Amino acid sequence: MQSAIECVGVHKYFGPVHANCDIHLNVAAGSIHGIVGENGAGKSTLMSILYGYYEASAGTLRIKGQAVKIASPADAIRLGIGMVHQHFMLIETFSVLENILLGSEGGPLLAPGRTAMRAKLTEFADRYGLAVDPDARIADLGVGMRQRVEILKALMRGANILILDEPTAVLTPDEADSLFIMLRRLRDEGKTILMITHKLREIIELTDHVSVMRRGRMVGHFTTAQTNMDELAKAMVGRPIALDRHKPPCKAGRVILDVRDLVVRNAQGKTCVDHVSFQLREGEIIGLAGVAGNGQSEVLQALAGMCDIETGTINLDGQELDLNHMDPRRMRAKGLMHVPEDRHHHGLVMNFDAYESAILGFHRDAMYGRGLLDRSAMRSALAQDMEAYDIRPRNPQLRTRNFSGGNQQKIVLSREIEREPKVLLIGQPTRGVDVGAIEFIHNRLLHLREEGKAILLVSVELDEIIALSDRILVMCDGRIIGERTGLQTDIQDLGLLMGGVNERVA
Amino acid sequence: MRRSLPIWADVALIPLINVVAAFLISGLVVLAIGESPIEALRLMIMGSLGSPEGLAFTLYYSTNFIFTGLSVALAYRAGLFNIGAEGQAYLGGLGAALVCLALPDWPAFLLLPLAIIGAGLFGAFWAMIPGWLLARRGSHIVITTIMFNWIATSLMSYLLVNVLRAPGSMQPETRGFSASAHLPNLDGMLTGLGLKISNSPLNISFLFALIAALYVWLVIWHTRLGYEIRTLGANPGAADYAGVPTAKIIVITMGLSGLMAGGLALNEVLGAQHRLLLDFTSGYGFVGIAVALMGRAHPFGVVCAALLFGILYQGGSELAFDQPKITRDMIVVIQGLVVLFAGALEGLWRRPLLALFNLVSPHQPQTETER
Repeated sequence: MQSAIECVGVHKYFGPVHANCDIHLNVAAGSIHGIVGENGAGKSTLMSILYGYYEASAGTLRIKGQAVKIASPADAIRLGIGMVHQHFMLIETFSVLENILLGSEGGPLLAPGRTAMRAKLTEFADRYGLAVDPDARIADLGVGMRQRVEILKALMRGANILILDEPTAVLTPDEADSLFIMLRRLRDEGKTILMITHKLREIIELTDHVSVMRRGRMVGHFTTAQTNMDELAKAMVGRPIALDRHKPPCKAGRVILDVRDLVVRNAQGKTCVDHVSFQLREGEIIGLAGVAGNGQSEVLQALAGMCDIETGTINLDGQELDLNHMDPRRMRAKGLMHVPEDRHHHGLVMNFDAYESAILGFHRDAMYGRGLLDRSAMRSALAQDMEAYDIRPRNPQLRTRNFSGGNQQKIVLSREIEREPKVLLIGQPTRGVDVGAIEFIHNRLLHLREEGKAILLVSVELDEIIALSDRILVMCDGRIIGERTGLQTDIQDLGLLMGGVNERVA
Repeated sequence: MRRSLPIWADVALIPLINVVAAFLISGLVVLAIGESPIEALRLMIMGSLGSPEGLAFTLYYSTNFIFTGLSVALAYRAGLFNIGAEGQAYLGGLGAALVCLALPDWPAFLLLPLAIIGAGLFGAFWAMIPGWLLARRGSHIVITTIMFNWIATSLMSYLLVNVLRAPGSMQPETRGFSASAHLPNLDGMLTGLGLKISNSPLNISFLFALIAALYVWLVIWHTRLGYEIRTLGANPGAADYAGVPTAKIIVITMGLSGLMAGGLALNEVLGAQHRLLLDFTSGYGFVGIAVALMGRAHPFGVVCAALLFGILYQGGSELAFDQPKITRDMIVVIQGLVVLFAGALEGLWRRPLLALFNLVSPHQPQTETER
């Protein structure tokens, strides 16, 4: 079997940090090869070396058996390597054709190049089953289509090896499925595909081989058919991880949050939450599922008091709320805590010391001093939470931004959970969080549920929604279009619902 | 690997390097016009620090810069770029003058506090209007504060020419205040310390300025108001999430900022000139922006930067006096270079210095940051 990419003893240092250590990797030509690892395991660094963003500090790279030097993306393209980034590099106001033309115009006048490119585009689209409308504007295309354009762009520049960075992060399950079909077809046409992901399910479903990275090292190469998720998870984290947690049955109590006919408009005046009603009970977790941008975030923010509510009624713990005076501070005082979806933009102040971030929203509490802020009280409060939540490093005075994603998230969680919420709103609890921390966070949420707290969960990770929720509400275009229990559904079912297809009547 | 400089390098070493760089370039300019840079530097240092009089003048100028620097720094902490300290200080002068002119016969212990309050309130008021416009209408604070500088200039010209001008005088200025409206001079106190000076304008406002710096430090770092101000400045989304009343905080912060700018009137109007003059602010408000930038919007840094600018002002005028070839404009060039290096090129030395630190002491185990 010929190898497409070979890394022999590759090292990469950033100053004294050893980002990649003695990497050996052999990607067989015409195969789909996955690379998994936690955040910060060094996957992206390795891909950046292959695509010429960084140069390796030591070691050899071979493409099709030839030792090569890849000093820039231009070198990589010349060697037939194409990259599809997680964040697309497309110009939204240009058409598909113009985007593909960009960088290979072939002369001062556009017309000849455009004609040639159009013919080539049709040919490629046919050969690989990647149909697109060449004249559609990127801005009008969905995420899946945009990704297809990126793949076409790479192929048309002569890529034989495609590197995909977290390709499914922004896709619906349906779109992910059709991406996989595309990728398999590309493989069958002889292309080599190297894919970074942290989703083990995709690795098992799609790849032929998989390599696992941990802390800058390759810790294992597996043939996909001969491994399983538990083994891979263990290799990623370095210890066994329980992926399927046994969840005790739901002991739902009385209704604590009763939302009726909630209507919210966004800044542009578009109705983004359209007559949403639900009842959340004590000891229950409700998951709000949906493709990003279908109103789940707005439901969460509206309930947290962060945006104006058009109409509706909200009843919290038997008390009707005055919707004209919703305010996050008031909601917290009523026992409704909120772990926001985006800890960078809402949940934390990255430039603050951790102990300052850890009182955000509760900074008026008397426990942090009367009159002047009592810094030692703030510090010792966080120091306690750091023990309870295993937040590392245990230094309350470190800048918030210097903690890893998982530890930052734990700072937010400890702040909101340790105040005995009646209702916890939680958005994307494990976004950008490593596997070890995910396990901790999920356990913490289930524990909270056992204590009889009510949790409203929004997540783009359907696995997470299914694993945690007692009931799942699926939103599409601002409306709740279906309800499932965690037991009676699966990803395919939810995926269809999210796309607006309700096949089963709940 | 270090990702950021140690705190002492950040607050002390970087500004020092910036100043040295500015002085080196200035030295080249002095050399180019045919004078000795060493001699020029000696004259500046001696003129500003070498004699009790020089020192007193230096501190007198520094007082102005502390007030305006604090004004800009405070607003900056809330993410507000207050370009209007000049106009706010000007209005502060009006507030002080109105009190002094209206109550000439009142005793000092009543008149002075009232005049000080007048200065602060007028400055605060002038800053709160742009703040309110931002909070209510979303008007950009940079644009509105600049415009309010011009409005202040026009308003004050009108008042000084048509309303407040002393009867019989052709100067656009008020009559002199009564002696009870003079802030105590610090000459006596310095004499007590063994320094003999006569006729310096240094007055008790300098101490007020230091107290103001302490006050700003306390507000910013040790109160809930300061916490909300900093949250708003560092992450408006987080302020929203935390339920910080953004509009209210903007108006209050601008008010406090204008209050500080009004402090300039203490030093100039109540302390030195004892009357309200046309354009008495003479650009101190604008230099305050440079002072705040250089002081990294921290009260302690502002005081240090203000001292440096005081030295530049006082040493510069001595230099211009002794060396006819070096004009007042040269001094402006040097100040401009300091502003350039301390403000616009602030990040210039950061990377090389970081690399140097990593070379010297590569291990920094305290962060667990991922790449």
